[in-house]
Amino acid sequence: MSTEVAPDTQTPATYKVIGTRPVRHDSADKVTGKAVYTDDLHVPNMVFGAFVRSPHAHARIVSIDTSDAEKMPGVLATCTSADLPDPWDKVDNLGEGCVNYAHLSGNVLARNKALYKGHAVAAVAATDSYLAQEAARRIRVEYEPLPATMCVQDAMRNDAPLLHDELITHTLDDKPARPSNIASHIQFEKGNVDEGFAAADVVIEREFKTATVHQGYIEPHVSVALWNEDGRLKIWTATQGSFVVRQQMAELLKMPVSQITIVPCEIGGGFGGKISVYEQPVAAVLSRKCGRPVKIMMQRDEVFEATGPTPASFMRVKLGATKDGKLTAGKAWLAFDAGAFPGGVIGPGAMCVFSCYDLPHATVDGFDVVLNKPKTQAYRAPGSTHVAFATECVIDELAERLKIDPIEFRLNNAAKEGTRRVDGPVYPRVGLVECLQAIQESDHWKTPLTGPNRGRGVACGFWFNCGLKSSVTANVNADGTVTLVEGSTDIGGTRTSIAMQLAETLGITAEDVIPQVVDTDSVGFTDVTGGSRTTFATGLAAHEAALDIQKQMVEQAAQIWECSPDEVTVADGVYQGNGKSLSFKALAVEADKVGIPIVGRGVVDPQCSTNAFAVNLVDVEVDPETGKVTILRFTVCQDAGKAIHPSYVEGQMQGGSAQGIGWALNEEYFYGDDGHMRNASFLDYRMPTCYDLPMIDTIIVEVANPDHPYGVRGVGEVPIVPPPPAIANAIYRATGVRFFELPMSPPTVWNAIKGQTTGE
Amino acid sequence: MKTHVTTTINGATVEFLCQPRQSLLAVLRDELSLTGCKEGCNNGNCGACTVMLDGLPVDSCLVLAVEAEGAEIETVEGIAEQGHLHPLQQCFLEGAALQCGICTPGFLVTAKALLEKNPQPSEQEIRFGLAGNLCRCTGYDKIVRAVQAASQASPES
Repeated sequence: MSTEVAPDTQTPATYKVIGTRPVRHDSADKVTGKAVYTDDLHVPNMVFGAFVRSPHAHARIVSIDTSDAEKMPGVLATCTSADLPDPWDKVDNLGEGCVNYAHLSGNVLARNKALYKGHAVAAVAATDSYLAQEAARRIRVEYEPLPATMCVQDAMRNDAPLLHDELITHTLDDKPARPSNIASHIQFEKGNVDEGFAAADVVIEREFKTATVHQGYIEPHVSVALWNEDGRLKIWTATQGSFVVRQQMAELLKMPVSQITIVPCEIGGGFGGKISVYEQPVAAVLSRKCGRPVKIMMQRDEVFEATGPTPASFMRVKLGATKDGKLTAGKAWLAFDAGAFPGGVIGPGAMCVFSCYDLPHATVDGFDVVLNKPKTQAYRAPGSTHVAFATECVIDELAERLKIDPIEFRLNNAAKEGTRRVDGPVYPRVGLVECLQAIQESDHWKTPLTGPNRGRGVACGFWFNCGLKSSVTANVNADGTVTLVEGSTDIGGTRTSIAMQLAETLGITAEDVIPQVVDTDSVGFTDVTGGSRTTFATGLAAHEAALDIQKQMVEQAAQIWECSPDEVTVADGVYQGNGKSLSFKALAVEADKVGIPIVGRGVVDPQCSTNAFAVNLVDVEVDPETGKVTILRFTVCQDAGKAIHPSYVEGQMQGGSAQGIGWALNEEYFYGDDGHMRNASFLDYRMPTCYDLPMIDTIIVEVANPDHPYGVRGVGEVPIVPPPPAIANAIYRATGVRFFELPMSPPTVWNAIKGQTTGE
Repeated sequence: MKTHVTTTINGATVEFLCQPRQSLLAVLRDELSLTGCKEGCNNGNCGACTVMLDGLPVDSCLVLAVEAEGAEIETVEGIAEQGHLHPLQQCFLEGAALQCGICTPGFLVTAKALLEKNPQPSEQEIRFGLAGNLCRCTGYDKIVRAVQAASQASPES
C-alpha cells in the first residue's frame, strides 16, 4: 500500500461518513463529458471577443485606431481602457491577496503604457472567433518602446527604467524622496539577531534564485458576459470565487453588486491563478456595446504571457546553530518580482521563511518589486515554496556541517504549539513534529537507498490556510435527502468533502446529500476557493446548517409525537421521544406531511489559520551524462487535521507534490533580451507528464485542528512547498553539488557536475 | 465557403458543414455540441481534446475537420454504452482519478485506446501511453492506478 494513515489519537473513531471514500457527486458528469465548463456554453445569439496585446515589454501607447477593424462586416464592437470608468486607488482583500483597483483596471486594459509583452491594449467582438482575431490584427496601435527591466535585482537599481512614475516605496523607514520600482519593503523582527548569531557555533549564509513559473491549469481563462438592456450584467466564468469576481466587476465598472450575477461554471484548475479578473470586464463592456452575449477565451500563449504567473525571486538566507544542533538565529533578505503592478506574494513569503522552526532571534526584509513581466498572482501556498527552497537547503547544510541526521536536526528545532513565528503569531496545536516522526517511521526512510548517482533528501513546508466567509443553505427534501446549496466553486472534490460533513452531523449518508454550487444570486456571500479554506470553512458552514436542521427536526418531531422538544433526543441520526423513534429520513417524510419546510442555514467567518505542515522524503538518480534528474521514490507526509475524504486529501498531496517537482526540475519562463517569453506553450514550458513521475506515496497525519468540530485543517496548498528543497538536498547527496537556483533542469545540473569534476 | 463532410461519430453517421480552417475540435464542440473534448492549448500539447480517429487517438485540435470525411470518430460521449459506464470510467470515479476534470475526457479516450491495444500494460507502459495528456491536478498517481484497475477488471484478464 502506498497510503498510510498514521494512528489518530486526537479524535474518536466513531465517524460513519468522515474518513470514508464515497464516489464524488459530480464524477459521473466528469467521466462522460457532460460536466459544463464555461467554454462549453453556447448562449443564444452569442458573439466572440479577442484581445489586442502589446508586442513590447515596455512601451508608451501613443494612439489606438480601431476604425479599420470596425468597418469589417461582422465586427460589432471594440473596446479600450477609455471604455472603463476611471479607476481610483482602493485596496480590497480578495481572500488570497489584496488588489488595488487602479492597478487591476490598468492590468485588464493598459492605460497610457503597456507594461509587459502580452499586456492587453484593446479588444474586439465579432460574429465568429476567427473574424474577431482578424479584426484584432486590424486595430492599429502606435507604440513608443521604452527600455524594459526584467529581473528583480536590476529593477531595484537606482538607474533602472521606472514602470510607474509615482511609485514611492511603502516602508517603515523614512519615506523615500524619489520613485522607484520597489513598491514595498516589509520587515519582521524577533529577539536580537546579533546576539543570536554570536551564540552560534556554525553560521551558513546562501543566495538563492528561482524562476517565474505558471500555475498551469489546463483550462484557459474563459468567460461569457451578457449586459442586458435593463442594466443587469450576467457573467458565466471559470473562477475560484464567484463573489470576488462580482466584487471586482462592481468596482471596475462602478456599478452596484446587486446588478451583477456571476455564474460559476465547472472550473478546469486554478491554483490561485483564477481569482483576479482578466477577460471578464472586457467581455462585459463589449457586450454592453453590441447588445449581445460575448464569449472571450484566451489562447494558451495569452495565458502564459498575460495571466498570473508566480514570481521569480532573489533570496539571501542566513542561519546559525550551536554544535549540539539548536538554531540560534536567522536572517532573510527576500526580493520577489511583483510583475507589472505592485502587490506580489512577498508578504506571505516573508511570513513563511522561518515558519517551520522555533527561532529565538530573526529578522526578515522583504521587497515587492515591479518589473516588465505579467502581474504575478497567487500559486498554491504563494511565496512559501520560494522561501522553503532557501531555508530548507540551508537547514540541510547546517545539519550536514554539524553531523546531525537531517530529520533529527529538524525535530530539534521544529515549530510546535507555543512557538512564535517571526511575523508575530503564536502557533496553537500543530503537527510538524508528528509529520517528521511519521517520515522516520516510514518504510521509505527505513529502506536504505543504494546505487551510484543516487541521493535522498528531506524538507519541510508550511502554509497558513485561512478561514474567511462561507455561506450555505440546506433544504430537507420530502424523501429525507438534503440539497446543499453552496457558493464555493469545486475545483477538486469539495462538493463531496463539504457534503460529507453535513451528512456526518445529520447521521445520513454522503449520497443522501445533493450538493449544488450556485450563482451569486442564489446563496450568501462566500469567499474564494483558495487559501486551502473550502473543506475547512464551507465545511464549518455545512456543520452549522446541519445543526440548524437538527433543531428544526426536533421541533417537528415533538409536534408529531405530541411532546416537548426537550424530550426529543438525537443520536446517530435517530430521533427519539415519547416512546417513539424515527430515523432522519423517516422523520423527514413525516415532517413533510405536517410541518413547514425545513431549511438549514450556515454562515461562518472563522478568523484563524489552520496551519498545515508537510514533509517530503525523496530519492533521486542523476544522470551524469545529461544532468537529468529522475525521481525514484517520493513520499509526502502531511498533517490534514482530519481527512474528511482521504482519497481527495491524497489527491491534493500528490498533485501539489507533482507541481513542486515540476517547479524544482523543469518549469521556468525563458525571457529574451527583448522581454519576450520564449516558451509560451505547453511544449516548451515543461510541466511534468505521467512519464516523468513515479507513484507519489502519501502519509496522512491527523493532529486535530482545535478550531473545527471534526478537526479539519486545509490540505490543498502546503504539498507544493517542500519538493524543491527536498529534491535539491537529494541531488546534493547524489552529486556532491549544492544547487541554489530553480529550476534544476538538465543543463544546469550537467554544468554544475561538469564544473565540479573539472574543478571550475 | 463551407465544405460538406460526412463522417461517423460514436457509431452514427453525421454530416456537417465547416470552414476549411476549422479544426475537428472546433467542429465537434461548436457545430456538433460534443463538448466533452476540451480545448486546453489548441496546439497539440495537452491532450484534453483527444478523440479516436479511425482507431487511433489524436489531438483533435491538430486535425482539420475536412479530414474527417469518411472517417470513424469516437469521443468521450461514446465511451459509456446505453447508460452503463465503461470499466475505465467506473475505475476513474471509484479511484478518485480526477480533480477539476478538464483533462479527464482526454485521458479516458487515450487510456481506452491503450487498453484496447495492450490489455495488460505495465505501469511504465501506462505512463508512456498517457504521456501526451497533461493533468495539473492529480500528479497522475490515481490516474495510473485507475487504468491499472480497469485493466484488471477487463474481460481479457
